[in-house]
Amino acid sequence: MDQAIRAEGLTKRFGPRTAVENVTFDVPAGEVFGFLGPNGAGKTTTVRVLSTLIRPTSGTAEVAGVPVAEETGEELRRRIAVMTETPGLYLRLTVRDNLEYFAGLYGIPRRNLDGRIDASLEAVGLGGRHDERAGALSKGLRQRVGLARALLSEPQVLFLDEPTSGLDPVASREVRELIDGLRDRGVTVFLTTHRLEEAERLCDRIAILNTTLRIVGSPEELRRRLFSSALEVRTSAPLADPAAVFDGVGRWESLGDSSYRVQVPEPESAAPLVARAVVAAGAGLVRLAEAKHSLEDVYLELVGEDVEAAR
Amino acid sequence: MNPRIGAVMRKELREYRRNKLVVGTMATLPAMFFVLPLISLLALGPGTSEPTMKGAAGAALLWLLIMPLLLPPIVAGYAVVGERDQGTLEPVLTTPVRREELVLGKALAVLIPTVGVAYALYAIFLVVVRLRAVHEAWRLVSGPGQLIALAVFAPLLAAFSIWVGLAISTRSSDVRVAQQLSAFAVLPLVGLVALFTFRVVSPTVRVAVFGALLLVVLDVGAWRIVSRLFDRERLLTRYGRT
Repeated sequence: MDQAIRAEGLTKRFGPRTAVENVTFDVPAGEVFGFLGPNGAGKTTTVRVLSTLIRPTSGTAEVAGVPVAEETGEELRRRIAVMTETPGLYLRLTVRDNLEYFAGLYGIPRRNLDGRIDASLEAVGLGGRHDERAGALSKGLRQRVGLARALLSEPQVLFLDEPTSGLDPVASREVRELIDGLRDRGVTVFLTTHRLEEAERLCDRIAILNTTLRIVGSPEELRRRLFSSALEVRTSAPLADPAAVFDGVGRWESLGDSSYRVQVPEPESAAPLVARAVVAAGAGLVRLAEAKHSLEDVYLELVGEDVEAAR
Repeated sequence: MNPRIGAVMRKELREYRRNKLVVGTMATLPAMFFVLPLISLLALGPGTSEPTMKGAAGAALLWLLIMPLLLPPIVAGYAVVGERDQGTLEPVLTTPVRREELVLGKALAVLIPTVGVAYALYAIFLVVVRLRAVHEAWRLVSGPGQLIALAVFAPLLAAFSIWVGLAISTRSSDVRVAQQLSAFAVLPLVGLVALFTFRVVSPTVRVAVFGALLLVVLDVGAWRIVSRLFDRERLLTRYGRT
């Protein structure tokens, strides 16, 4: 199985409202794939369609080698696991009771039950906490139990819907470390989030969705495709005639505070030229560095206008 | 038993055991309804006329038979909408469990304690009547007809009441509304049971066999219907088939 997930022209409408339109992407097996978008962009809807919880209006998809369809739903769901935004634990039951229930739903034989539950809890750092009541756990620990539950069936594809939503920074970091661990185990992870730094840190590739799919690629590819490379220059005092200094190198703009951005095709070869031009103009060079665009810049470039328009 | 049905049933029973409302309802509701008819039966003396005796015995038996109808709506009404409210339904729907298995597991988890309470109550009732009531009262409530009627009809009536509760729960957006509607929906059946208990309709063997077979057919049909109503998409989004 080369591709863990394939979606082709996936569309989902709820009555007159279009939640997802004509979405096409592939996720190779073993990849951590980030699905980014603002609230209401269709991320959860896409996960629900791919996990056969809801039917697509049109388009086709295949997950873990099984076509997404009502008649194949049981087989598909056997090969995947979904961790929903809130872990949805039975708070009156113990951690073990919660996991035992889901092990039963996945048809895990009782002779393997203890081993699987122990391994899942160990994987999320909760070994030995079987008998604690789920309702007595902190939000972060509940999230971990939710993840342990998702690991029980040893899924080929794991859907994580906003796994760090509502968690404090420490708990968020712990969940991110767990996701990193899943990559090492070869699990394909489909991660929906609107935390950009989380996606950048964890994901091999990222898709940005806002009802329609805006872009797919690695964070680096997205930056390259959306932003031309540039150098950032800071001088000891504002240049008297910046055009005379930078025009020969590339398009430039002033960032204020004696700082300038110069667009160049190849930052490495252009940097010495810029340095020489600044010195030749009699200015002191304080800083010269390649301009870095964050994933947030990419995201805002693609989605920011939609969000503003919606307001 | 299918392991997935067993898993659903065990989980539901564990949850009920830890839910004070469910345990309290299961323990107090039958007793509340049952105590007065039992006392009125015990109060009858040896010279009581036969119609009065039959009326008191009929009332006591009526409560024994309708208790399996009235208990399930409180629990079954919660079964689906309650899970949706507390956010536990969606993770369950992402597993390979079939909807027929899920609803059957939930139904069995309500049926077992309901029938258990009904049988236990009848046993206590018989002991008390044997020890404290006049012989004529004992004769009217302990015949083979009464025993078989309770043994056969208590689970069949309870099952039907459970399916009604589950059907309403799949379509409700509020736990209390689901419970109240479920209780209201089984009232016609309570009336039907009363007709037999008070011998307005004569409970012959043929009528009893026909009634039992009809309830079996209704229960199986209701299981199918509730399974169809249990549409994943509709439960999560209010859109979907059925």
